[in-house]
Amino acid sequence: MSHRIVSRKQLSEEVFTAEIEAPLIAQARKPGQFVIIDINSKYSERIPLTIADANPEKGTIRLIWQRVGKTTAELSDLKVGEEIANVVGPLGRPTHIENFGSCVCVGGGIGNALLLPIAKALKKAGNKIITIIGARTKELLILKEEFTHISDELIVTTDDGSYGRKALVTEPLKEVCERSPKPDLIFAIGPAIMMKFCCEVTRQFNIPTQVSLNTIMVDGTGMCGGCRIEFDGKPKFVCVDGPEFDGHKVNFDLMIKRLNAYRNQEQKALEQYKKHKCKIGLDM
Amino acid sequence: MNEKERQNFLKELLEKQRTGQLKPAERFKIPPQDMPEQDHTGRRSNVNEVALGYTETQARLEAMRCLQCKNAPCIKGCPVQIRIRDFIAAIADGDYKKSLAIIKENSLLPAVCGRVCPQEVQCQQACTVGLKFKDPTKAVSIGRLERFVADLDEGETGVPAVAPETGMKVAVIGSGPGGIIAAADTRKAGHDVTIFEAFHKSGGVMVYGIPEFRLPKAIVQKEIDTLIKMGVKIVCNFVVGRTRTIEQLMKEDGFDAVYIGVGAGLPSFMGIEGESLVGVYSANEYLTRANLMKAYDFGKGADTPIARSKKVAVIGGGNVAMDSARTAVRLGAEKVYLVYRRTEKEMPARIEEVQHAKEEGIEFRILQSPKRIIGDDNSYVAAIECLKYRLGEPDESGRRRPIPIEGSEFTIEVDTVIVAIGNIANPLIRQTTPELEFNKWGNIVVDENCKTSMEGVYAGGDIVLGAATVILAMGQGRIAAAAINEYLAKKKKDKDRKVS
Repeated sequence: MSHRIVSRKQLSEEVFTAEIEAPLIAQARKPGQFVIIDINSKYSERIPLTIADANPEKGTIRLIWQRVGKTTAELSDLKVGEEIANVVGPLGRPTHIENFGSCVCVGGGIGNALLLPIAKALKKAGNKIITIIGARTKELLILKEEFTHISDELIVTTDDGSYGRKALVTEPLKEVCERSPKPDLIFAIGPAIMMKFCCEVTRQFNIPTQVSLNTIMVDGTGMCGGCRIEFDGKPKFVCVDGPEFDGHKVNFDLMIKRLNAYRNQEQKALEQYKKHKCKIGLDM
Repeated sequence: MNEKERQNFLKELLEKQRTGQLKPAERFKIPPQDMPEQDHTGRRSNVNEVALGYTETQARLEAMRCLQCKNAPCIKGCPVQIRIRDFIAAIADGDYKKSLAIIKENSLLPAVCGRVCPQEVQCQQACTVGLKFKDPTKAVSIGRLERFVADLDEGETGVPAVAPETGMKVAVIGSGPGGIIAAADTRKAGHDVTIFEAFHKSGGVMVYGIPEFRLPKAIVQKEIDTLIKMGVKIVCNFVVGRTRTIEQLMKEDGFDAVYIGVGAGLPSFMGIEGESLVGVYSANEYLTRANLMKAYDFGKGADTPIARSKKVAVIGGGNVAMDSARTAVRLGAEKVYLVYRRTEKEMPARIEEVQHAKEEGIEFRILQSPKRIIGDDNSYVAAIECLKYRLGEPDESGRRRPIPIEGSEFTIEVDTVIVAIGNIANPLIRQTTPELEFNKWGNIVVDENCKTSMEGVYAGGDIVLGAATVILAMGQGRIAAAAINEYLAKKKKDKDRKVS
């Protein structure tokens, strides 16, 4: 079964979203889960992508991704009506949702896409939601509107001050942690480096912090172990043990190194793709 | 002997056989036939199959070596009890169709099993000829003969007959060797069968794990095509437990019976320092990238990258270790070490794979095992620190236990480490099927008919046995299918009775 693109939109220079036909996944998915896609069966690479939302009646899921490598570039060039050959999921363990009390949801970059359904579910379960979302610059900030509706308090930061407060998300996070009573639970989802520093902040206050990891994967069902991280000194598989973990026990430095394992090859593949596209006369 | 000489020799033997003059002593004199292979320097740089298969003359000569023992000890050595003596006799007679028909009574994947079965510890271990020479490599080459007749089969034996539709639905989870057999056998009984596969291609370990140079993908595809022609439906990209649970399949989607053949699937690591460094792979990941995702064509079409290794250490001594080491060679590694803590005698790999690996220049480091993996400043693998081992008393597996020699540390400089020390049970079905009973290792508990603790649910292969082989998985798929057919026949009877 192929997966047709029903709608698509460019959210910022490098961030895209698309609604894709995947009826079974739309029905089964829960907040915190992801899919693995493979654009064509012959030669494409398998990459994990967050499920930002789903419409079970319509049979569609919404994906959000950032254009960083060849596969995400190719995905960004697909038009409405075109198809993705393989979409498998929902993968990973769903987020554990209950009424924890007050939750701080910290999102950075396209981490917001995964954070949104989690924040929604937490809200629905009766939690007080304080949202902190950040981006390098205003242009890259996504889903701000959606977060406005579900947050009891929303703090927006940009690194360059082009929107909201000029700060990294860790700054307001620290302030929120200093409040009395302090928050009960933190969700931090975004680039690995952001999650690392968020965890360093919350550790000082001893507030449990969930992070959602987006490592390199091949099968996504536990078979390859390529996604493994060091958790409390032991290997854990993000695809079957995660993607959510107690952030205070994750070795982020090693995880960041593993994320960059193929950087040179990825760069080459992207350049080749761009060159090829120019040759066949597509605009860049 | 060249082909002409072989032909003349065969003619002589056939004549003697016809007149009843071919005595066992003369059969012993027939030299064991070597299988033609790709030259070992050339094959280091391609992924094509290494072993090329017997010629007709070679096959018949090899078949003439068989003594046709009355008690046929080889059959007892076969997990699915193929009538080995009879299929070999048919080859000696030149009746290859008959030979294949005999094999297919018990095995559906002869082209696969002929290539990947560990014959030397199964049928060939018991072979009288091998015992006479006190050398298992001099036994009749049953596997090569099986492969010979299977490869001649151009499908004219046709698609197996399917009984009239019963209206009962069977879900088969996993499209590996066990799933293929379970699907074929339940479909033959007239059930409506669907295979669910998590990957985007079907075939399981035969497609993602075993490399092209040992088992060409086209062979597996042929078996899958046969299933489709029989009317089996295959749904890829479907993770049972995630996309739908077993309970949903049975209660909401109307499946009357389920066969779980998901494989073991979770790679074991050694639990030593440095195993998460960049450049450390599980064999599963390394082989999946190379085989299924065609990483050997990266930059020439394929998008999946793999380490461009110069010096590789593969840890382990099984077939998967050999496959990984030989794949690394083909991906351009200059030096590949195979590090194993016992000796070559204890290696679980097939003799042929060990031989091929050595011919391809892989350096065996036996009685050694890594103590830790050392990284550079960027967390890339730089070396492994190993300990030397000696062998002690036999352990519960019957193999002599490896004992580390204290203070014997030394390092081997490598940039890639591939861990091929086996798999443990994948937790996915367990996490999502609370009603199912598992043992302490996470394997599904079944009875002698492969029936699980859940009504209508059967299981087999690695998820039940731990690490097994293609043929054992097939054997269980067959047992489970028979039990499912029986269960569904009864269920249908009860249902029909209720209606009338």
